Amino acid sequence: MIAESIVNISAAVISASTPLLFVAAGELVVERSGVLNLGVEGMMLMGAVAGFAVTLTTGSPILGIVAAAAAGAVMALAFAVLTLTLMANQVATGLALTIFGIGLSALLGSGFVGQPVPALPKLHLAGLSELPVIGPVLFGQDALVYLSVILTGGVAWFLKRTRPGMMLRAIGESAASAHSLGLPVIRVRYLATLFGGAAAGLGGAFLSLSYTPMWMEGMTSGRGWIALALVVFGSWRPWRVLAGAYLFGGVTILQLHAQGAFHLPAQVFSMAPYLATIAVLTIISAGPWRGRFNAPADLGKPFRPSV
Amino acid sequence: MWVKVEPRQEASRRVIYATPVLAVGLTVLSGYFLFLFLGLAPAKTLYHFLISPTLTFYGWSELCVKAGPLVLIASGLAIGFRANVWNIGAEGQLTLGAVGAGGVALAFWGESGLWILPLMCLAGILGGMLYAAIPAFLKTRYEVSEILTSLMLTYVATLALGILVYGPWRDPMGFNFPQTRMFSDSALLPLILDGTRMHLGILVTLAVAVAAWMMMARTVIGFQIKVVGLAPAAARFAGFSRNRTVWFSLLLSGGLAGLAGTFEIAGPIGQLVPHLTPGYGFTAIIVAFLGRLHPLGIIASGFLMAISYNGGEIAQVEDRLPQAATGVFQGMLLFYLLACDFLSRYRIRLAATRREASPS
Repeated sequence: MIAESIVNISAAVISASTPLLFVAAGELVVERSGVLNLGVEGMMLMGAVAGFAVTLTTGSPILGIVAAAAAGAVMALAFAVLTLTLMANQVATGLALTIFGIGLSALLGSGFVGQPVPALPKLHLAGLSELPVIGPVLFGQDALVYLSVILTGGVAWFLKRTRPGMMLRAIGESAASAHSLGLPVIRVRYLATLFGGAAAGLGGAFLSLSYTPMWMEGMTSGRGWIALALVVFGSWRPWRVLAGAYLFGGVTILQLHAQGAFHLPAQVFSMAPYLATIAVLTIISAGPWRGRFNAPADLGKPFRPSV
Repeated sequence: MWVKVEPRQEASRRVIYATPVLAVGLTVLSGYFLFLFLGLAPAKTLYHFLISPTLTFYGWSELCVKAGPLVLIASGLAIGFRANVWNIGAEGQLTLGAVGAGGVALAFWGESGLWILPLMCLAGILGGMLYAAIPAFLKTRYEVSEILTSLMLTYVATLALGILVYGPWRDPMGFNFPQTRMFSDSALLPLILDGTRMHLGILVTLAVAVAAWMMMARTVIGFQIKVVGLAPAAARFAGFSRNRTVWFSLLLSGGLAGLAGTFEIAGPIGQLVPHLTPGYGFTAIIVAFLGRLHPLGIIASGFLMAISYNGGEIAQVEDRLPQAATGVFQGMLLFYLLACDFLSRYRIRLAATRREASPS
């Protein structure tokens, strides 16, 4: 009985964490290249609606997932053209992307509200999935859950171990120096931004295809913004971001369970993820470790090569 | 022929004021194709969306009702944006302001007196200011991004309002609907024109917009805000405190958002409900930018956004245009505006040869 509820709760935590992990891992790469894209909420919603609509009309969840990533990337492309080519303010453009994405996803999805879509199938790994407790928790999830962890590992490996990853970090720390060394600042930032958009799209698709398999206007309810905070919380390091995402998934599930246990209005518990975000940001910025976890030095600063 | 892009020494003023017009033009054009894509008759839908709301006197009065809160909030936000203080939680500050003012209205329900409305305004302003003080404190004390905190607090505010209207403040005679009692007459703003919904708050909003303009153009604090935003290093050298600017602009914008919330519940709504606005706090961000952070521009862009709300409603009835189209329209407008701003900072020329095309 207890083992069963541990299994259920752990599986739910992993499920609640996965969209955050996708989005935060993507945004981490974007920010490491020196670009601050605040439009994640909009990209996520577009991914959610595109993934849902394509899965429903074609019947293929794989096509849906690809469409979600593409939709996120297209939104990110608009952001990149504005901020990297047309030198628009990154904060303002990110806000515009969010407002636009909320509106456009609601418009495109208005015909899909209330329709059901089969949830992504859980992968069954022979042998492993039958293990007691950890079997269903670790090896009974759907493909996107594994993909989110693989993506995080891939990002960690890319940034730390590969030459392009090092280039990307150099560009994020000082675009001017990187440029004078001959590194393609704008091209790398474009690619990083597109990657971030695709990852945000996947996070959205997980919401509309697996977490709550349906489409609802504004269904991300601030998860994109929480993911932005997670990048800060994880001090721009992939594995710490993963830990942060699971912590927040835990808070989300915990408050759902607490709602039944205490005689307080449900809204009190729904506030938890948002308040936790503020608390965590404050602790990270205020503690004795402050200053050791610095943002990329050129984060959010526009750069235009003079030649 | 090669396209040659060169930075301007100074942003062109003429272009700065022309870009909003260009952005509106591009948005309308894109809207045409969007409506076409949605299978609607684009010209007719655009007509309903943009022209219909302005055809009658009553239509204009309704535009004033919608533009009022947008202009009031945007006037405050614009001052922060000039100082690079990004308060994007105005929706939450509006909500808390409404909670404060609504609390006063309910506490003195059934009583009459000229002092009730001013007390509500005071409570509304204080509610918004207190709520904006949280991101201000976290920013100045711990360097926590005010963008994330102010936005997170918006979700918290909506939930807090929900607790009140679903719980202790619910109308006992209201058939269990999640709403408070209708306020008594003394807690409602007087109308300034019979047969319309235009209320006293709209006049106050106009006065605030003009006062904001005077402050930015004529006072030392306005000058300090501009310097802190444009040249932080110069501001430090001149002894202008960044922290004071953060506090000032967050408290001011929070207070005005709270006042806007007060006017909404004491004006068109007349009670507290779970969802007070169709996202005025976020749309006001667009209003501020589209108005070039200038109070007079903000009034003009506030009306444009009001048209997008009211036109969206008309097109929803006439053409079955989904309500979300208003949000798309507003987002596109901000996108195009930010893109067009490129023209005010860079000059684009056609050059005859490639050699000339590479700037030194």
